[in-house]
Parts: sequence; structure tokens; C-alpha cells
Amino acid sequence: MSTGAARFAELHIDHVQRAFGDTVALRGMDLTIKGGEFIALLGPSGCGKSTALNCLAGLLPLTGGKITMDGKRIDDLPPERRGFGMVFQNYALFPHMSVRRNIGFGLSMRKVGKTELNRRVDEAIKLVQLTEHEHKFPAQLSGGQQQRVAIARAIVLEPPLVLMDEPLSNLDASLRLEMRTEIRRLHQSLGLTTVYVTHDQEEALALADRLVVLRLGEVQQIGSPEDVYAHPTNAYVAGFMGYRNMLRVTVESVDGENAVVTGEGVRLAGVNRESLPSGAAAVAAVRPEDFSLVVPNAASTENTVSAVVEIVEYHGREQAVEARLPSGEQLHVRTNSRLAPGDTVQLRVPVERVLIFAEGSSS
Amino acid sequence: MRIAARPGAWITWGLLIFFMINLVGVVGAPLLNSFAVQWFDTWLPNGYTTSWYTEAWREFDLLEVLLVTFQVAVAVVVISVLVGVPTAYALARRQFPGKKLLNVLFLLPILMPPMTYGIPLATVLYKFHLAGSVTGVIVANLVPAVPFVIMTMTPFIEQIDTKIESAARMCGAKTSAIFLRILAPLLVPGILAASILVLVRTVGMFELTFLTAGPDSETLVVSLFYSVSAAGIRATQTVDAMAVIYTSSMLVLLVIALRFVNPTQLVTRLKEPS
Amino acid sequence: MTATLEKPPPPLEKASLKHRLAERGVDRTLWLLVPGAIFVVVLFLYPVLYGLQLSFQPKDGGGPFGNYIKFFSDPYLRDTIWITLRLGLPAALINVLASIPIAFQLRGKFRGKRTITTMLVVPITLGTVLTAQGLIEYLGRAGWFNRVLLTLGVDEPIRLVHNYWGVLFSLVITGFPFAFLLTLSYLSGIDPSLEQAAATLGASRRDRFRHITLPLLAPGLAITFCLTFVLAFSVFPSAIMVGEPSGETHVMSIAAYETAFRDFDYSLGAAVAMLMALVMLAVIALVLVWRATLYRGATGGKG
Repeated sequence: MSTGAARFAELHIDHVQRAFGDTVALRGMDLTIKGGEFIALLGPSGCGKSTALNCLAGLLPLTGGKITMDGKRIDDLPPERRGFGMVFQNYALFPHMSVRRNIGFGLSMRKVGKTELNRRVDEAIKLVQLTEHEHKFPAQLSGGQQQRVAIARAIVLEPPLVLMDEPLSNLDASLRLEMRTEIRRLHQSLGLTTVYVTHDQEEALALADRLVVLRLGEVQQIGSPEDVYAHPTNAYVAGFMGYRNMLRVTVESVDGENAVVTGEGVRLAGVNRESLPSGAAAVAAVRPEDFSLVVPNAASTENTVSAVVEIVEYHGREQAVEARLPSGEQLHVRTNSRLAPGDTVQLRVPVERVLIFAEGSSS
Repeated sequence: MRIAARPGAWITWGLLIFFMINLVGVVGAPLLNSFAVQWFDTWLPNGYTTSWYTEAWREFDLLEVLLVTFQVAVAVVVISVLVGVPTAYALARRQFPGKKLLNVLFLLPILMPPMTYGIPLATVLYKFHLAGSVTGVIVANLVPAVPFVIMTMTPFIEQIDTKIESAARMCGAKTSAIFLRILAPLLVPGILAASILVLVRTVGMFELTFLTAGPDSETLVVSLFYSVSAAGIRATQTVDAMAVIYTSSMLVLLVIALRFVNPTQLVTRLKEPS
Repeated sequence: MTATLEKPPPPLEKASLKHRLAERGVDRTLWLLVPGAIFVVVLFLYPVLYGLQLSFQPKDGGGPFGNYIKFFSDPYLRDTIWITLRLGLPAALINVLASIPIAFQLRGKFRGKRTITTMLVVPITLGTVLTAQGLIEYLGRAGWFNRVLLTLGVDEPIRLVHNYWGVLFSLVITGFPFAFLLTLSYLSGIDPSLEQAAATLGASRRDRFRHITLPLLAPGLAITFCLTFVLAFSVFPSAIMVGEPSGETHVMSIAAYETAFRDFDYSLGAAVAMLMALVMLAVIALVLVWRATLYRGATGGKG
């Protein structure tokens, strides 16, 4: 492993399309992956992220577009000749082979000599900490151990690109966190290039250098975690990035990058992300944690909403509160203050934390 | 929940026991008779002997018959597995135009009474001078055996995760390597089960063998049937002895089969093609 | 052509031919089908079609339908349809109906279950000849069964073999294990918690069977019925050995065999075989049409 993985400079995904009969699972995807990057494809089930991964792997034929690696077209190569490594959601370990033989399978397919094969398998086993289990069969391993075998099997080949298809979704919560760190560590120490598919925004934010948010087969936004988290391009991405409050409003006035919007009993200033004209129907997206409680009878009520507390959930240091606006809409708020159902509260949100999007682009 | 508490259960168990007693009678009578010196109009025979077995062995040329049976059964198993398993693989893994039609074609030889296609088949085989020989018997028995292998193996292959093949491909395995290194070892239990079921069916298949066999190519069932037809001139004991030999060999095969096939999971194997 | 002057969307980069073919499921894997397909066409389809056209060329002339006219005008041949159905339908019905309560009793886990299941399955191995010999010797005039009846005070031994009953018994003995195994596996495919759920909703044992288990089991029973019916409908050696092959049990397969290979009228034999297939398919089609009206989704079980 010391040599590090084979590298490419740039892999172009050029207008790749994939249709199943009449339903289009992936619609003209464009993406450039640079060597050494960790890319996460993020979206709910059915958004086309796994389709994109399988097209990249060669397991699904494209119905349009092309894929090139350093200028060489690779989308008509069969998967076994692309030389990528892949970790599957259910691990897809060979049930009739021991851990060692599972990991060594790819090397033996490449006709790697026996001593070389043993050395590299040993190294990979050590890397994923399975030395005690190397002669066991997959059925004798726990989920986390199977996961490690699957990862070792993919990276032992030192592939130019490692594809991971929701590799953590079958693990329980604590193991998931542990393996998440492990995957990032391997990516960095081996200098891999990784494309990682997940529906978990937290996982994507934690792991990736760049996120690709997909919806119904279309790319919504490509950007760094910070970028996508703080500046989602539309209401859909915002919803996915934890903007749980989507208030229905109308744009009242526009002032440069910002705009003032009004709804029933609500008047807020925020960032006009999609340059909506005044009079347009819009949604104002706010994260639960961006609200802060205003002391009763404060002098200024700028950028505040008033709501009645309905449900309070205790979450340790803070509380998750569900409150109702005068319009009847629900508001999710996180706060450190102790609140009780029935309380009327005044909530402030900073102008830059209110994102205004066109209506109808969410979910 | 106690089983014996309800009248419905009592009736069921009563009928079951009645059926069992009669079954024991049906099996026991010829079994006892095959060891009987003489048995007329009495509860039990008036003496016991094993000489009928040696007589049956000699008289019906059983060694020859068993050899033919063995030859036919092994050939049918090997050929039907070789032809059937690849077909089952393609059916399990691919959607293609005309698949439904092909599935029906493969289902019909299992579903139709052997007589309905056996008579035209025998006519064709006679036309090509294949009938009346061991080859003809093998060919005729293949007709239901190949589809049977296809129908039992298709669901078996379907339940092998395609992701495993994808994983092998991602490891750089070519199609041939996937077949040899991944699929073959995983399919062994299924192939074994299908082989044994085909073996049992072939050894027991009367109609097709009967229609195509000549004097030198009779299998055990057919030669048994002829021995019954000619029973007037022979003691029934020899026929019974031969029937006992047949049944015990089938029993051995079934016991082996049950080690590989869980009978309560037959449904998944017999499920209609989707 | 209307002159809409909208710009056409930029053409997509066309996927390669290989991809487009694979899209229709056409790739090298399909070569694996070739041996199987050739096999079934040459050894099944061709003989059946050959037989079909042969059946329209009667040996004694009389137009293309001569054989069929002959079949339906000769009561000895015509009646075989009724005789075969009169054996096959009751045998299949008995086997399926008897399997249901027995499978129900054997559903749970208890000591000796394996023994009982094995005993019920053993008749598969008996083969027609041993069954026939057994029936003749056990149910015959001097057999154990009639001896017991005589001891119990019956005047005359009852004739149970070399007639309709003998064949029916042999069909039950050979067909029941199949019906039982299939029913048991269908039944174990039904999630027991469904019945428990119904019980918590106040359904009695009878209600649970009627409204939960039976509807889920019915499609399986239809298949079981079809398979046992086919077995019984094909009856041939038993009808000769324990039946009355030229009278009460002159079934279609005997008629087909005798015309083709005793009288050497291949053409008429083929016609009888075709009619036999037709009758059987008609019965199966009826059952399957009924089955199509039932719920056939998942039964929640693991089987």
C-alpha cells in the first residue's frame, strides 16, 4: 500500500444519461473528478445517485453521454477492464471464500504473483484490522467486519477510483460513525480518489471534499460542504441541508442581494438566493438552530416571528420545540431556554440566515 | 397450544392413522410375500425364504437391467445439467424479448402427461431409427429432465445476489472467471439437488422409457411392468422381490435427495416462471 | 409540418451501440440459451407439431378430421375422456383436501414431526408396480383388508381391485405425498403472526382459517391441485395393473398407446394424444382462471 493508488488527473462525466424504458433515472449529468478528490453523491432514494455510480463502474450501460479518463473514453469498457474498486451496500462478499481469498481475489484475477499477492493481502488485512479473522468466512463476521473486508477487497488493487454505494447504511449508529472516520482515514493515507453515494447529508458533509446533490436524476448543486451547507442554490437543496422551516411568503421588496418577504403575520428580511422579483411567491428557509429567543418586551422586534409553543422535546443540552405561527404553519426551533407548551415566544433570525427561494422547487 | 384438544384434530389424526395402517398393509403384503415360501388364503405365509430374490435376479437378468438403468440415469443427469444450468442462468439474469414464450416451452414438458408428447416423440424416434436403443431411451428421458433442471435452477440462481457477480467484475474477473470461480462453487448445492431429483424421476419414469425401449434397453421400471404382465407363468413372489429391489433403491435415492432438498421449500422450486 | 422555429435541444452524445443493444437485454449471456432452446425445439416442439400434423392425416383416409370424427363417434374411444376425468378429478380433489388438515396439524414444531413427514413422503418411492402388487395382495379377496372385514362380520369379501377403486386408491397413494409436501410448504410460507394478529382482533379459530389462512393458501392449493391432477390424469401402468384396462379404467393414455403401438395406427394414436393434452390443458386453464381472481401477493412468510 505504500506506493499509493494509481492516479489519474481528471475524469470527465459528460452529459451522462441513463433511462430505464421511459423513466429517466439520470438526466445529463456533468461532473469533473480530479485525482485525489472525495466526492459524495447525495440525495434521497430514487434521485439517481446509485445509477450514476453504477454507470461510472460500468455495471449499467449508459443511454447517452460519455465518460473519459484523462482524455481516454472509458464508458464502453466492461467493468473488469476499467480497473475501479467498488464497495457495495450489502458488501457482496463471496460467501464461499475466506476473508483472505475474498481480498486476494482481484489480485489473482490480475495474475499477480504469489509472494506479491500474499504481501499485499497481508498489508490490506492489517490496514482494516482483520488479522485475527483472516481465515473466517463472511457469514462468521459481524456487519462491521464484513464492511472492512469489502473495503479491503476494493482498495487492495490500488485502483485509480474507489466507488462506494451507501457502504454504511447497514450498520448501526455507533459503528457507522467509527467506520466513517476509517473511510476518510484510508482515503487520505492511501491517496485514493473516492466517489461515495449516500442519502445521509451528515455523512456527506463529514466525508466529502465536494458534494453533488441530486434530485430526480438532475444535479441540483455541486460544491464544497461549506458552500452547499451555507449557500444552497434552491429550496430542495436547502431542505436537504437541514433548513426544516419553509415558510410560504410573497416577496414584498428587493434590495440588492436581499429581499423582504411577508406572509400571514410574518415579515422577514433575508437573502434573495434566486433573484426573485417583488410580488413573486416564495419560501423563506430557516434552520431550527438559527432562531434565537427574544426577551419579552424587547425594544426591537426586527426580523422576528411570534409563535405559540406546542411540543417540547428534551435533547440534552438543548430542546427541540415545535411551535405554531399565526398562519397555522409549524415552526421547528432549537433552543437552550426552557419552554413549556402554551408559551408565546418571539423568535429572531439574522437576515443572512433567512434564505429566500422560488416556491415549488422544494421536495 | 395443545394439539389434541379439538375434535377436528382427532378426526384428522384418526384418518391419518387409518391411511397409515392401510399403507403399511399395501407395502407389507408384497414385502412379506417376496419372502414367502407359499401364501394362500391365510393371515401369514407358511414359511420364509430368500430364494425368490436369487430367482428374480437370474430370471429377469437384473444385473443387465440395473446396468442399463444406471447408464440411462447418469447420462440423463449429466446432459440435463450441462444443457439446463446455462439456460437457467440466462433466464434468471436477463430480460429479453420472447422470454415468456421460452418459459412456457420449458414448462410444458414438465406439465404435460408424458403420453401426450411421448407417443409423437417415439414415432419420430422410430422414424430416425433411434428408438429401441439405450440412446433412444436417454433422448426421450431428457425431454422432461432438461426443463426440470431449468425450472429448479432458475429460482436458485435468482437468489444469488447479482451484486456478487458485479463485485467480481469490479475485481477484474472476466465472464469465464466469474463462472468458474464464483458461480460454480455457489451453484454446487443447487446442481446436486436438481441432479438427484432428476435421477429419481428418471429411474421412476415409466411411460417414456416404455414407449422407446427395446428388449436390450429396458430400465428397471419397464422390466418390472413386463414381469407383471407375464406373471401368469411365474410365481408372484419373484415379481414382488423385484418390486422390493426397485423400491429400496428408490428409497435410498430419496433419502439422499432429502439430505440436499428441504421438502417444505419445494414451493420456491416449483414456482411458476415470472 | 408546422414551422415551429424553436431551437432543437442540443443533441445528446449518442451512447455506443454495445450499450444500446445491452439496453434491450441482448448481450453475450443470451448465447447460453442456445443449447436449451435448440433442445426444447427439436425434442419437444418438433415431435408435438409432427404428431399434430400426423393426426390430420388419417391412415384410412376420411379427410383431415377423420381421426377426430372417428374418436368421437366410437363410444369405446369417446368414453375415455369421461373415464379419465372421473379418475383424475376425484383423485386430485381427495389429495388436496386431505392435505390441508394434515398439513395444518404438522405445521408447528413437535417431537416426531420428522418421522411423520417422512412416512407420508415414502410412498413417492413405492413406484407403480409395488403399489399395484401391494393393492392386489392387500385388498384382494384373500388379502388382509378383506380378512379383517370378514372377522368383523361382513358376509362377502369386497371387490376393491381390478376395477375403478383399485386405480383410484393407487392414485391417492402415489399422489398424496406430492400434494401434502406442496401444501405444507405453501402453508409454512404464511407468516404465523398474521393469524396471531387476527386473534388479537377477536377472530375465532374458524374465522382465522376462513378469512386469513385460506385466502392466502388458496392460490397455492390451486397449483397443487393442477400438479396432482396432471399426475392422476396421466395414469397409465396402474390403470392396466390394478384396473380393468379394457372397461371401467380404459383411460386416454391406454387408448393412445393401444391405437399407436398395438394397432400401429400412429395417426389415430397421435390424435388421441393431442386430445388428451387438450382436455388436460382445459382443466388446468379453468383452475388457473379461477386462481387469477385470488390474492397472489406476498404471504409474509420466510418459506
